[in-house]
Amino acid sequence: MTAIADIPTSRETTTRHSVLPALLPFLGVFVLAMILPFVSNDYWALIGTRAAIYWVLVAGLNLVVGFAGHLAIGYVALLTLGAYTTSVLAAGNVLPPVPIYGALIIASCVGAVFGVIVGLPAMRLRTFYFAMTTLGFATIVTQIALAWQSVTGGGIGIVGPEFSAPFNTPWGFYYLCIGFAAVATWLSANIAYSRFGRALIAIRDADVAAEATGISKPKLLVSIFLLAGAMAAFAGGLFASLQTYITPDAFTFDLSVLFFIAILIGGRGSILGPMLGTIILTILPEIAAPLAAWSTFLYAVLLLLIVLVMPGGIAALLDFKSRRPLASNRAIVPRIAGLSEVLRKTATTKTLTLREVVLTFGNVRAIDGLDLDVKPGQIHGLIGPNGSGKTTTLNVISGYYAAKGGTITLGDDALPPGMPELRAGKGIARTFQTPRVIGEASVLENVMVGGTIEGEATFAEALLSLPRHHRDERKLTAQARAMLGVVGLEALADVRADRLQHSELRFIEIARALMLQPDFLLLDEPAAGLSSDEITRLGALIKAISRRGTGVLLVEHHADLIFDICDQVTVLNLGKILAAGTPAEIRVHKEVVSAYLGG
Amino acid sequence: MLGSIIASGLAAGAIYALVGITYNTMFSTSRVMSFTAGQLAMLGGVFGSLFMLKMGMPTLVGFALTLIACAIIGVITEFVAVRPVLKSLEQHLYVLSTLALALMIQQVTAIKWGTEPQPFPRIVGLGTGVWDEKFWLPVVACGLTILGLEYLYRRTLVGHAFMAIAEDNFAARALGLPERNLRVASYALAGVIGGVAGFAGGELMLAFFANGALLNFYGFVPVALGGLGNNRGALIGGLALGLFQQAANFLVGGIFSSVAVFAIFIIVLLAAPSGLFGSATARRV
Repeated sequence: MTAIADIPTSRETTTRHSVLPALLPFLGVFVLAMILPFVSNDYWALIGTRAAIYWVLVAGLNLVVGFAGHLAIGYVALLTLGAYTTSVLAAGNVLPPVPIYGALIIASCVGAVFGVIVGLPAMRLRTFYFAMTTLGFATIVTQIALAWQSVTGGGIGIVGPEFSAPFNTPWGFYYLCIGFAAVATWLSANIAYSRFGRALIAIRDADVAAEATGISKPKLLVSIFLLAGAMAAFAGGLFASLQTYITPDAFTFDLSVLFFIAILIGGRGSILGPMLGTIILTILPEIAAPLAAWSTFLYAVLLLLIVLVMPGGIAALLDFKSRRPLASNRAIVPRIAGLSEVLRKTATTKTLTLREVVLTFGNVRAIDGLDLDVKPGQIHGLIGPNGSGKTTTLNVISGYYAAKGGTITLGDDALPPGMPELRAGKGIARTFQTPRVIGEASVLENVMVGGTIEGEATFAEALLSLPRHHRDERKLTAQARAMLGVVGLEALADVRADRLQHSELRFIEIARALMLQPDFLLLDEPAAGLSSDEITRLGALIKAISRRGTGVLLVEHHADLIFDICDQVTVLNLGKILAAGTPAEIRVHKEVVSAYLGG
Repeated sequence: MLGSIIASGLAAGAIYALVGITYNTMFSTSRVMSFTAGQLAMLGGVFGSLFMLKMGMPTLVGFALTLIACAIIGVITEFVAVRPVLKSLEQHLYVLSTLALALMIQQVTAIKWGTEPQPFPRIVGLGTGVWDEKFWLPVVACGLTILGLEYLYRRTLVGHAFMAIAEDNFAARALGLPERNLRVASYALAGVIGGVAGFAGGELMLAFFANGALLNFYGFVPVALGGLGNNRGALIGGLALGLFQQAANFLVGGIFSSVAVFAIFIIVLLAAPSGLFGSATARRV
């Protein structure tokens, strides 16, 4: 029903070659929407307008549900809120009447605020709680609309706002709403294909890794809830005008279900899919009149079928690219020579220092008085038997655990205990024992997520697709492609990450970590699951990274790799240091040999 | 006035607590919070009215049939909405599948039963005013359910098996417990509890299809207050919620009471995410 004439300006710089095919479906829908008035009657104007208004809401909600992965099932409440706010302000039954456009803007602000309030639990809690909060909000908003008679007219209702000419005819209003829908599409696409959109998918599918790259979940979610709330309330104002007269009955929970299911049918992480979903679900009960009473039941059946049979929705059906087989004999060949072009030489002279660090889980002392110095330009190996506290040490450094005692300092600054999302800003990047990548995003996007905090444009700039945002995107894309070249994966840049092999995921994680231009790189068993050729190449890559001045802390079980590339080695056992020194010293250390290496 | 606040507050609170326990019963064996909990309670009222008023059955027969019907709905929940998604790695899928089933239940009820609230028969015929049975019946039902559950969990073998699965699913299976059958049984039990809530609260809430969505939320608040899977927390949370809501209702009016309940819900979620009686969550990295 809508299209976005401006999308080329927002994306041409990043994916010039693929813009037109991606844009065609939107243009097609837009053209169809434009010729609808010439082939149908006023009845279809009503349905078309309704679909356009729903899409204004769904476009915002899509960022919450489809991108951030939070199940907002009660968004009809924000539609209600926007409808009543606009109507009450325009009717002037409480305050002096406000012009309709002013009323719409005020309603959007109110919607934005409530969008955040309802979203607060999502910052900390599991999905189900957020679903419940939105459901509860939907319940009480209807109750309030019924009970607060002096303002809302209670069950009798209130007159909806009226637009002036030329938007006061059915088709005039239709074109106005199509215009708003196009703008809504443009705004949501701008966010979806910006670093903010990628960060949203990152917190959905790999929240731990997202924190390590410095993405602040609460801040990002607040921005998204503001936007989605404002768009929903704006849609509410339009909806009230379409209805001409609103009562609480107009806002049944069925509407919420429609919005929500439109997105799921459409597919996560897509804009076209939910748009088609919205159109289909709006039209469906109209062309099958006997089904109208059963429409919610039908939606529910659809929802269950999608969950059980087709979790990817329409978007997955349309994703032909991901069905082409990948070459099966791929080898990862890093181009280490290219490293000097993409990884700036680290100037830091600071040492990452751990002193007397203690971490306990109940009565278990997982780390017991650990001292460790990771110097810039050096590779520090951390080895030891399972359960000796190696990964735990990385987790303490990167802030997932707060140490119970001791200090962690970077040069002269103490690193605050906990708070993993602050580590990236301090120049500390890491990889994970089990690769944490975003399966549904492309390899390139996964790597770009690593550079999220390097972007300069604000959320508002990205929303409006301003120049600084384009500069960010160009820079991040170029950097990520170069980084993929260095780790030897550029041929797979546009492939969905979940189609890759385990060893390739490990190299993606390294590329993502390098996007930060880190002073310190923490690697958690990067060689696990790699073939011996790959381990050799990995060793050379790590060595080259450290020669650029980055301090590397390497947790590994492959003793050969450790002794090959490390400058210093620390051996842990039961959370304590068993030995520390150069590889040559460790290799002949009696206790290490008997406890860990084997004689 | 104080009398009616306490009477209606305890009655509503007992219903909320029972719905909360319904949530918990399903959660304990499957780690799934099911949106059908409120619908089961709604059905308790609708089936009760259907069997006793529409079909003219004696109270006891109607009660038994209501519970059986609700238990069947509980088992259907397990088969349709829970079992298929438990295998999936995506944790949130159960939210969608149980929501879908809850919507189907609600919509079928709306179409087959009607969208108007319909009367629920008097069951015992004892008491007037604040001692009316519509107030004390839910409280008694809630008390008996709690006692029954305590007996089940502490004194019977099946109850111990439930506890074992709730405590550690993998270990319980390794011990040879029939995990799947016990899960089905717990969903049937949840259906019965939900049915009791709806039946006992029928005179207060009437047989009304929209009660399901309402109870889904008001029944979840005690669970959030008390911590997931904590029945004692749900009981205290439910009664507190009912009393608070009715007090606000009588003293300052309906608008404020809904807003206050919602505000408290959000504040508790933010201040004590695992509930006032809950325990801390597991590690992530």
